[in-house]
Amino acid sequence: MSLPAAAQAPRGRRLATITAVRELGVYRVITVDDKDAPAPAPGQFAMLAAAERWGGGEDERPFLARAFSVARHERGASQFLLEDVGPGTARLCELDVGERLWLAGPFGRPFTAPEGRRRAILAGGGVGIAPLAILQDALEAGGVETVVLLGFRDGARVPGAELLRGAQLASDDGSAGHHGFVTELLERELARDGEAAVYACGPAGMLEAIRALCERTAVPAQLALESGMACGFGACYGCVVPTRDGGYLRVCVEGPVIDAALLERVEEHAGAHA
Amino acid sequence: MSVEFCGLRLAHPIINGSGTFDAIAALQAFGEGLGEAFPFSAYVSKTITLRPRAGNPPPRLWETSAGMINSIGLPNKGLERYIAEDLPLIAGFRTDPAAGAEPLEVPVLTNVMGSTADELAELVEACDAQERVAAIELNVSCPNVATGLDIGADPAELERVLAAVRPRTPKPLIVKLTPNAADVPACALGAEAGGADAVSLVNTLRAAALAPEGPPRLWLGGGTGGLSGPAIRPVALAQVTAVAASVEIPVVGMGGVQSAVHARQLLDAGASLVAVGTENFRDPAVGTRIAAGLS
Repeated sequence: MSLPAAAQAPRGRRLATITAVRELGVYRVITVDDKDAPAPAPGQFAMLAAAERWGGGEDERPFLARAFSVARHERGASQFLLEDVGPGTARLCELDVGERLWLAGPFGRPFTAPEGRRRAILAGGGVGIAPLAILQDALEAGGVETVVLLGFRDGARVPGAELLRGAQLASDDGSAGHHGFVTELLERELARDGEAAVYACGPAGMLEAIRALCERTAVPAQLALESGMACGFGACYGCVVPTRDGGYLRVCVEGPVIDAALLERVEEHAGAHA
Repeated sequence: MSVEFCGLRLAHPIINGSGTFDAIAALQAFGEGLGEAFPFSAYVSKTITLRPRAGNPPPRLWETSAGMINSIGLPNKGLERYIAEDLPLIAGFRTDPAAGAEPLEVPVLTNVMGSTADELAELVEACDAQERVAAIELNVSCPNVATGLDIGADPAELERVLAAVRPRTPKPLIVKLTPNAADVPACALGAEAGGADAVSLVNTLRAAALAPEGPPRLWLGGGTGGLSGPAIRPVALAQVTAVAASVEIPVVGMGGVQSAVHARQLLDAGASLVAVGTENFRDPAVGTRIAAGLS
């Protein structure tokens, strides 16, 4: 099977209406009507900003739009997973059904299907699980065997796992599933059957542990990176991460999904606006 | 609504600020149709240097009150590859019909930076030889490594550098002025005396941010950076007004422009063209929207 190619974005940002809001612990899942845009491919993202009162929060922020992976796409509506961690996400978390936001995208390079007959292991943590949901939808529709491993910091975040189906859980505080890191679950899975392709998204520390594990076990891995970015379409050069060859790649256009082999290591997220 | 600028006929007065719109990445993100619906009447390239530059280590961005600081460090593939690989892809665009003006071809204004007059002259000569380069913008917001003087902040140094570069091309030379100078109109006059065909301002304002956590330290990988966005709009208005009142050559005004109202203010202040920068990041089609609002 193959996964959809990257969709190209409409040329401008557009006003889109929120049609549903669901709370999963501390997370909010918003559904945004976006019928006139092409369907995003798994791993692509959008830039979001509230239509009203974007600015005027803490430190007279936010100003820039915020990047969010599309968590799911059904019938012309995209879902996004939000967690209030700064002035931008705080404002977006205030929005309710019927309110509008500015949306630009879909942007970026998506996931590609596993080669040969490898099964897919989806490993994620925290708010970073979002792109794994739309990926699970596409892989399972294509008949690929998938295993889902999700890690969360605490019991208030564990409900995020409902975004995906059939996840094995790990939690830092032992409130659900394995008491420890999701990488320990991944190590166990790879030991059981290494004929797999790993798809990962989550905090930098988790991604680095997954990258190192996959390098050690010679398992192909695709990482969906996060970085603070101003534009999302390759203009600002602000979202770069260092690559193994000594250069930099733009997370927005060369990513956000990259082959883990491109990186020497996954650095802490370079962006500070949240 | 077409305007004449340094002998070029442009569909409307809205262009982009250098380094705020990457046309090649945009073609990938928005599709080839962008080439027939370009949001600017002229396309200003990122700064090109003689040799490739990787740019500054991250973090490169900091969001401020009503703006942002960037410390990108002018990453680019260098003159040779710019001419061979990029120039063919960014030439021949046409303006977006939705701008409300008769669509015209979008000329390429190549922005270059050198750290000596000789380097700048070499860059200008190479651009002169390229039919696809309609005009050249000089980024002089950097020290002259030969003299130690900040080229763009010293009127006499600016005049000397321009006088050395001017004979290398008959194409329009636009000098991008830095706002980080004691007397910006004097710098504009220096550029004019050295033979510049136009000046553009304002570049970003030097700024710093501290790390959000831990012991106090500068946040940006490059140390300081440049502030842009609506936070600097009143500064831009003051500097554009002062410069336009000082020089005879045309002025490209920019700094925090987000709407046709803001663009109109800079035009009224004496600018011939208005460049949009940071707002492109928030709305990739804002150039067309502003041009339509002016028509």
